[in-house]
Order: sequence, then structure tokens, then C-alpha cells
Amino acid sequence: MTAKTLTLKIDGIDVEAKSGQTIMQAADDASIYIPRLCDVEGLRHQGSCRVCTVKVNGRTTSSCTQPAEDGMIVENETEEILNLRRDIVRMLFHEGNHLCPICEASGNCELQAMAYRLSITQPTKFPYLQPVRSLDASHPDIALDTNRCIRCGRCIRASQDMDGKGVFGYVGRGITRSVGVNGDNLAATNVAITDHAIAPETCPVGCIIRKGVGFVTPIGSREFDCSIIGENIEGKTDE
Amino acid sequence: MADKAVDGSKPIKGLVKDRILAEICATFDNDKHRMMDILLETQHHFRCIDAHSMEAIASLVGGSRIEVEGVVSFYAFFSHKPKGKIAIYLCDDIIDRQAGEKNIAKALKEELGIAFGETTTDGMFSLDSAPCIGMSDQAPAAMVNDVILANLTAENVRAYVRSLKSGVLPKDLCECLGDGNNANDNLRSMVRNNIQKSGKVLFCDVEDNKGLEKALALEPAAIIAQITASGLCGCGGAGFLTGQKWRFAADTADEERYVFCNADEGEPGTFKDRVLLTERPDLLIEGMTIAARAIGSENGLIYLRGEYVYLKQWLEHVLKQRQSQGLLGTDICGVKGFNFNIRIQLGAGAYICGEESALISSCEGLPGEPKTRPPFPAQQGYLGHPTIVNNVETFCHVARIMDQGAPWFHRMGTPKSHGTKLLSVCGDCEKPGIYELPFGISIAELMDMAGAQDVAAVQVGGPSGQLIGRNGFHRKICYEDLATGGSIMMFSTKRNILEIVECFLEFFVEESCGFCTPCRVGNVFLKERVGKIRAGHAVPADIEYLKELSNTIIKTSRCGLGQTSPNPVLSSLKNFPLIFSALVNESEDGLDTNFNIQNALEESRRLAKHRSYIYDPDFAEEE
Repeated sequence: MTAKTLTLKIDGIDVEAKSGQTIMQAADDASIYIPRLCDVEGLRHQGSCRVCTVKVNGRTTSSCTQPAEDGMIVENETEEILNLRRDIVRMLFHEGNHLCPICEASGNCELQAMAYRLSITQPTKFPYLQPVRSLDASHPDIALDTNRCIRCGRCIRASQDMDGKGVFGYVGRGITRSVGVNGDNLAATNVAITDHAIAPETCPVGCIIRKGVGFVTPIGSREFDCSIIGENIEGKTDE
Repeated sequence: MADKAVDGSKPIKGLVKDRILAEICATFDNDKHRMMDILLETQHHFRCIDAHSMEAIASLVGGSRIEVEGVVSFYAFFSHKPKGKIAIYLCDDIIDRQAGEKNIAKALKEELGIAFGETTTDGMFSLDSAPCIGMSDQAPAAMVNDVILANLTAENVRAYVRSLKSGVLPKDLCECLGDGNNANDNLRSMVRNNIQKSGKVLFCDVEDNKGLEKALALEPAAIIAQITASGLCGCGGAGFLTGQKWRFAADTADEERYVFCNADEGEPGTFKDRVLLTERPDLLIEGMTIAARAIGSENGLIYLRGEYVYLKQWLEHVLKQRQSQGLLGTDICGVKGFNFNIRIQLGAGAYICGEESALISSCEGLPGEPKTRPPFPAQQGYLGHPTIVNNVETFCHVARIMDQGAPWFHRMGTPKSHGTKLLSVCGDCEKPGIYELPFGISIAELMDMAGAQDVAAVQVGGPSGQLIGRNGFHRKICYEDLATGGSIMMFSTKRNILEIVECFLEFFVEESCGFCTPCRVGNVFLKERVGKIRAGHAVPADIEYLKELSNTIIKTSRCGLGQTSPNPVLSSLKNFPLIFSALVNESEDGLDTNFNIQNALEESRRLAKHRSYIYDPDFAEEE
């Protein structure tokens, strides 16, 4: 198949895109990083976290779902867009219970890393909702600390599409929307530690916990202790 | 599996339940896409949908329990815990609140001996509130199973409950039937139409099926051309050019196309579609049939909001009648190969399903979440097929345009808004009800017609619209100025503007689907801060905060709900600045006004079971 090549401008830089690509995919290929939390390579695009919001020809949209079109003018790293993203990331902190200093995911957490990338060192703008959320430690190998869940649904899609299982799913609506499991608790499901849904790169925060392996990499030596999120796409890290 | 252990002691009950669930699923061909119908039936039968039922349904239709749970937990009329044999939902929109809902609620609680959200121990009654049941012109109102009780008073509601307790069925409660078709044997409801002003298009003498006859003499493309030429725009609020939507669907290559009618009007204060469904169902179905001919569709669907379940039997009656007259079914009106059927899909209490792609999700048996665009529903909608979703009023207009011609319709209204618009007027006026008026009418003229005096504010377009003050009463209702799906709420000088704003935000918090971050979380923060202003604790920075937060929610939300939910805040800030400035003051002590020591201590007090020596001023006195 010979895909038609399109050209769009992202922050003034000409970017080539293949027909059928999203703006984010085209940007990735051009080593331009657009921040994202719910979108991850290998899973279908959802467009729910809205961190990847960009302006296209003057209108805001999510770049992980918007198909690239010839001649598009995309704004990515403008002060206006950065401020929108900061608000979204703050909302995610304020919505759940995120206590970085005592979280096993600290340093590997994409939410934390995103806050640092966007120069948020203390999310204090909004009121903390301090919800009462459950801890499911029923499974011998896996625990769920839903205090940290940001409703990105990566585990849902990984379980459905990669594992062919459907261990996880959304329940509820509005602010009570959460990720549930297919049964009374995790132990009642057919989840396995080898599932893609449980793989460390699936959950961007510290909600899905693999028992027995915590702190194997000490805090200070973890991925985002040593790099800024998105640098791998921008090609700034040493190979 | 705790459920099985309990069922094990009563094996017959468990088996009977499983058999009934199997029958319910079989009624809908064990089709996963008919999940809404399966769950509505299950809820109706067992008063709840428990984990066992979800598991059973999942295995019958070939899905997982979590998928079923996702649907059950999304809609307000489904419940995990048993509701009463008689489920009462009291309408809780701002109009009902201002019409004395609190007294009705008190009377209900006293008569039933339960709080809202509870079910009586004998399982007879449950009591809940519903956001807006489409009866704002006869508020306060409530749903009792599938019966509407309107114009409630503390006295008559007590009498109703006593009758129900003595064994009177909900449908036999109303002694006096409403006007028009409300009194029809297939409807029998106390609801009133309150048509205050009939216009030239919908509520005038309409000849049956003239539009359809004329449409059938035309090529499908010519029908679309005529609808386009008329300038008809979607009447649900978004105002997209109807002919263009049809064109997209007709031009998309596919074996199947669908015609969906959006009868899910959930915008608080609107009830125009209810009156059309009551008085003009034939016109609606005629319009849908014309649409089917135009885009090449064999299957239609009316998505009827759960709150209008009382209209279901009536609409089914009309569909059956048209079928027997050869106006639906196969070879319609003798046109060989023109086949079209319509089924009714009942909703289950979710405002977001009025958004066309969420409506489609719901029809597919999913939670009512909007879909990602592109693709647009007209190109890729129901089960991936081109689907046009139009409002009830839009389809009614279609039938009339085909009869009277595009120029006739185009001439009415303003340069960019053609034809008439149905307005649902409610609140502080003498004549609430339906007004059919040409586009371009001013708010002041409308107030005059409705006998509204001493009005301080008018909400145009429901909570997602604009709150207009006196300096804007000259403004006109049309796409060029104030667009509206039809909801017009009038508020007298005695009303509290911020109470109205907070009530609207409460509505959006409740009705956000929760898919995207800004709408799910941001609306909660908006409501919190407006509450702070109402309490008199706000500082000028809070106003900036509200503006910034509103901007983020509008710019980053995925669908129209979040893109408009901050409107109550922004339009009240713009049009009622004095109300805010009267309540917002610089903090004199320089302390953080977002921190309330009393609230912060509440949890500790509860846990420690004693009070604070320092922060509870009357501590010493009580010692």
C-alpha cells in the first residue's frame, strides 16, 4: 500500500504524515513529543485524559484521536496549551489520593513525571477531593490501590485487546466513574501476572501493583528520576 | 461466590430467577446490542440488577459481567439494590425546587418513613430524585413507576401515597386526565399540553401524510435538496443543517443506513418534544419515513427518554396504526421496494444520551458515552453504519416542508434561522407552556406573551445556555443571537441567581459521563467554588479561578456537555456582575479562604469522639 504523504505544521515545523496517522503519531515520527497519559503505543486510542490537547487551525482537539490532514496548523507547546495541560494534570492529582513520597511508583509514575515536565512541583490549585477508595489485595500476585487510579483505561484496553480477557472495565459515571474488575474482586477474575494488563508499562501510575517486587529499583535510579518524560521521543536521550 | 451460597439454600428461587433471566434475554434474541431492553426488563421484574443477574445476563448474551456492570452502573434507572414495587422519582430541577419541591419531599419522606435513596423494609416503596422529567410547566412533578404526577402539593402528594398504600395502582391515581391525546385510551395521563401559542408549522391544522405523498413523487436526492433549501437546522440545540447531515449519510456507501429520532430531551426546562410526541406523533413518523426514503434506510428508531416511558404505549399504538395503513412496513404507500420499520428504544435516565453519538452508544447496548469524532455518525454511526440522528421537532418540520415547500419555510424567521421554533416556557410567569414562534422573537416579547412580570433573569437554552439579565431582554431567539433547543426559564426578582447557577452545575456534575478528565473533575471544582461564593467566603481571586477553570473545561472537554457546562458561571459573571461583587471581598486577615478549619477538624472530631478545646468556642461551656 502506498500511503499518501501529508504535510502539517506543528509549532511552525513542517511535519510529514502518512494518511491514516493521528496528529500524535505524525509528531512522534518527527521527534516532536505531545504529552499524553491515556494513550500508549500498542493500544487503541481513547482520547479521554485530554493531556494531549493541541490547537488545530485555532480549535482545540485531542491529538491522539484527530487524524492528520494536509495543511493543518497545529499548536503544541504554546503557553495557552501548556496551561490547559497543567490544569488537566492537576485535576488528576486532586481527583484521587496521590501521595508521591510513600508511593511505590514514584520515579516510574507518568503522572508525576508529567507534572514535572509541565513545571508543576506542587499541585495545590484545586481542592483535594480526598475520595474514599478501595484496596484490592485479594490476588496472590497482584494488588490494586485505586487511590492512584487516573481512569486512563490502559489496563482495560490491554486486557481486552492484547490479553483477550476483559479483566477490567469502567463502571459508574461522572466523578464516580472508576475501573472495576470482572468479578467480586481481582482474585475472582482470570487475571495472571503475565498479562499485558499487569505489565509495568501499562499502568501509568501506581494503581496496579505487582506483589513481591516493590522497590527492586531504588528511588533515585528510576526512569523519570534520570530523565524527563517524552525525551525518548524527542531523541534527546542517549541511545 | 457469596451469591451462590445464598441461592443454594433456596435452589428453586435461584433456578426460577435464572429461567426468567433466560426468557428476558431470549425475548431480545440474546442480542448484546439490546442490552438496554434486557436490563430494563430485568430491573422491572426484580426491582434491581444484582451481581448474579449481571453474571447470568453476561453469559446469555456472550459478554462479561464487567461489561454488563458498566451499563447498569451508568444509568440512573438501573440499580444494584432493590427499588420498591412502587418507585417514586421526584423531579429535582431548579423550577421544581422553586415551585416548592422541598415541601413535597418532606411530605413524601414523612408518609413513607424513608429518606431519598432508600426503599421501605417491606419492599413496597422507594424514593429517589430525578434531574428533570420534562414537566417544568406543571411543577412540582414526580414519576411513580410509569405514571406522571404533576402539579403536586404537600396535601395531594400525601393523599396519593395513602391511596397507593391502600392498594390503588399508580395508573389509577389520576382522577382528571390531561387535554388532547393525554386523555386518549392508549395514553390516559394527567399531563397537560399547555400549548399557549400555535404557529404556522407544527401546531396548526396539518393534513395527514401530505408531505410523505409529495416526497414519494420525488427522487431521494431531490428530497434532500428540498430540505437543504428550506434552511432547516437541527432543533435539538446544536443547529446543524439537516439536509447536509442527510447528504453525508446518503453519500456514504453502505448496505444499511439508519434513521434515529432523538426523543431524549433532557435539558432541564424543556418539554416541547413531549408535547409533539403527544399531539403530533404521526407528523414525526411521517418525517422519519421521508428521511428513510431520502437516505435509503429500512430501519428507524425512536430513542425515548426513560422519563417519558408513559408515552411508550401511545407511540407503539401510533406505529401499529400506521403499519396497518400501509404507511410503515413493506412497499410503503404502494412504492415497490420502499420498506421502513421503526422500533422504540427506551432510555434509562442519562442526560448525555441526548448527544447523538452517546445515543447511538446506548442503542448499541453500551454505556451512554459519546464517541470519538471523526468519524461522524452520519458516516459511521449505529454498529458502524451511516446513521442520521435528528430531534423530534426536526422530523416534524421535515414533513411540513415537504408538504408546503422549501420557500414557504425559508421565508419565516430571520436571515439565518428559518421557520418556527417550539419554546418550552416555564418558571415565574402566568402562562407556562409551549410557544410556537418564528425565529427572531425577542425575550421581552416572549415575556409579554407568557405574562411574566418582575423578571430579573431568563435562562435561554437550559443550563448549557445563557443566563440573560434585564439589559439583554431585547435579544432575539435565533442562531444569530441566542440559540436554544427550546428551554426558556424565567426567574423573578425574588430568586437567588447563585442558587440557580449552583443547581445547574450540580446537574452537570451528576450527568457528566465521566469519560474525559476536564468534564468529570472540572465541573466538581466549579460547583465547589460557586458554593464558596454563595457562602460569602470568596475573594476576588476566586473569580479569576472560575474563569480560568471554565476556559480549561470548555477547551479540553470531548463533547458538548463539557464544552458548555461552564456557561452558567460565565454568563452569570457577565450579566450579573453586581451579584458577585456583593459577595466577594478581599480577605482582611490575609488567610487562605479555601481552608476552613471547622471542616478540616470534622473528621478528627468524629474519629476521636470529642471536640477541640481550641477551635470549638463553646467547648468550655459544655464541659
